[in-house]
Amino acid sequence: MVNLPLFIIIPLGVAFFIPMVSRKFKWVPDILGNLTTFILLLLSLMTLNREYVYHIGGWRAPFGIVLVLDGLSCLLLIIINLISFMATLFSIEYIEKRFTSKLRYYSLFLLMVGGMNGTVLSGDLFNLFVFMEIASIASYALVGFGCGSSELEASFKYLVMGNVGSLFILYAIALIYGKTGSLNIADVARILKEIPYDNLIGFVFVLILTGFMIKAALVPFHSWLPDAHPSAPAPISAMLSGVVIKAIGVYVIIRIVYNLFGFNQIISNLIVYMGVISMIIGVTLALLQWDLKRLLAYSSISQIGYVFIGIGLGSPFGILGGLFHLFNHSLFKSLLFLDSGSIEYQTGTRDLNKMGLLYKKMPITSFSTLCGALSISGIPPFNGFWSKLIIILAAIKSGRPIVGLWIVIGSILGLSLFTKVLRYSIYGKGEKFEKEKWENLKEVPETMCIPLIILSILCIFTGLLLIGMENGIFGPVIDVLNGGVLKYINKIIGV
Amino acid sequence: MIYYLCFVLFLIGLYGVTCKKNIVKIILGLCIMEYSVNLFLILLGYRKNGIPPIINKGMEINEFYNKAVDPLPQALVLTSIVIGLGILSLMVAIAIRLYQRYGTFDITEMKKLKG
Repeated sequence: MVNLPLFIIIPLGVAFFIPMVSRKFKWVPDILGNLTTFILLLLSLMTLNREYVYHIGGWRAPFGIVLVLDGLSCLLLIIINLISFMATLFSIEYIEKRFTSKLRYYSLFLLMVGGMNGTVLSGDLFNLFVFMEIASIASYALVGFGCGSSELEASFKYLVMGNVGSLFILYAIALIYGKTGSLNIADVARILKEIPYDNLIGFVFVLILTGFMIKAALVPFHSWLPDAHPSAPAPISAMLSGVVIKAIGVYVIIRIVYNLFGFNQIISNLIVYMGVISMIIGVTLALLQWDLKRLLAYSSISQIGYVFIGIGLGSPFGILGGLFHLFNHSLFKSLLFLDSGSIEYQTGTRDLNKMGLLYKKMPITSFSTLCGALSISGIPPFNGFWSKLIIILAAIKSGRPIVGLWIVIGSILGLSLFTKVLRYSIYGKGEKFEKEKWENLKEVPETMCIPLIILSILCIFTGLLLIGMENGIFGPVIDVLNGGVLKYINKIIGV
Repeated sequence: MIYYLCFVLFLIGLYGVTCKKNIVKIILGLCIMEYSVNLFLILLGYRKNGIPPIINKGMEINEFYNKAVDPLPQALVLTSIVIGLGILSLMVAIAIRLYQRYGTFDITEMKKLKG
């Protein structure tokens, strides 16, 4: 049996331990950081297919604090810890060359991981808020880690937007407490089922949804993302785009919609159309970009749109598609951000116009960029194809063929977007291609290649996860969401 | 009634964040929003002529139940004040660094990131 508090205690403890010991020994932060994320990855793989409720201090559910492990949290835990292990492996060389203070970097990184693990495990609204704030504050600081003028500007923008979102959420939590007198998610859901619906509940729902949509960067609230994600160091961009917006944005929206307020037709329409708008606008704005990381950041907005469409459809098939796309997006988007990091590491630029013919000089980076680009634009053997196909089929099945058509249009735009990336950076050359610089290029060091290779292999083969989905990783997740509010209440309070 | 005044305070803070151009005023707006939420939480637990939620010897349990204030919002507010302190210090640190780089507090002058 896995001890759930370990997921929170280990990263938080090591985050405070690193600055204490590493003033004298320069190698300590690398070893400790990688070891911690590796242990967390093993622990999260051990939670597969288990369900468990942990009562902190032995207090029963409505009174004490609970940590809940179910299918959905398990999926998110695996994503968080897998990507964070890849990112720490990548940062050994990357941070050494480009930034100064390794111990602060690893300390903030582990705080962020601990906060996210806490968010996905918490079964209590206020604790969820606290863990979310831990993760957010660490990521605000990490975005401004370079301390250049543009990094600080992006960090300030992210901080103000994120903080407004957090205060919306806190206000909503206060209103929920005033209305129901409880903070436990299952208990609140039980009480909300008993009292009649009034306008206050609608207001709370809008507040909390707005707050988390700011965190998840859906389109009307997206303006911080294209600044914040490119300004961070590359492993942090991979974490932010691959994991943070999902763990503290999408996950919580799924949880409150399905397990707290209950799902209905109005919510379904709202989420699906927000998803469609953000998919189309994100990919259209991405086509205009020439900065590689900024382009990837806009593409993240559009991919989160697909996830929301899948979730909002509400049928089991749609949920499967949405969650599978969430999993795939975290793999290929972090792969692409790490690639952009290694290209920047060697060429010193992010401008697509100045790159060219990288396939001759950096074969591993080019191959993994190719894998990432093919899977994000949905070419058959790769994982992105399967999840997009499932979402389109689910949209047609649940009687919304127009949404399916929009997804096809979005995918075609996405394909042209990544054709542009491959054309200018890898197989062709840009307009301001610098020949002398290109002659001296080398492949990145081995520790940076390993995560790229692992993630590319995962991109090719995760389509196989769909075989036997009833027993595999996605079966329990659909169970959790399809069971709706009642099942969740029963499991935690245990009537 | 007083709950509505809290919400008005929240909206004043939101106005400050969205409409002001000076970084310091934006930070002040965020502080006002945060204080209004804290005030709201405290008011939820408030009770007229209430007693502290500690059971002394010889106290009737029914009397305690009727008179004691709710202790949970106070614990929540303490946590939220500490989080607010963390965010405020980070914000001020970034604002000082921004002033060193750009030589101004005006947010419209900082536009290196576009598109």
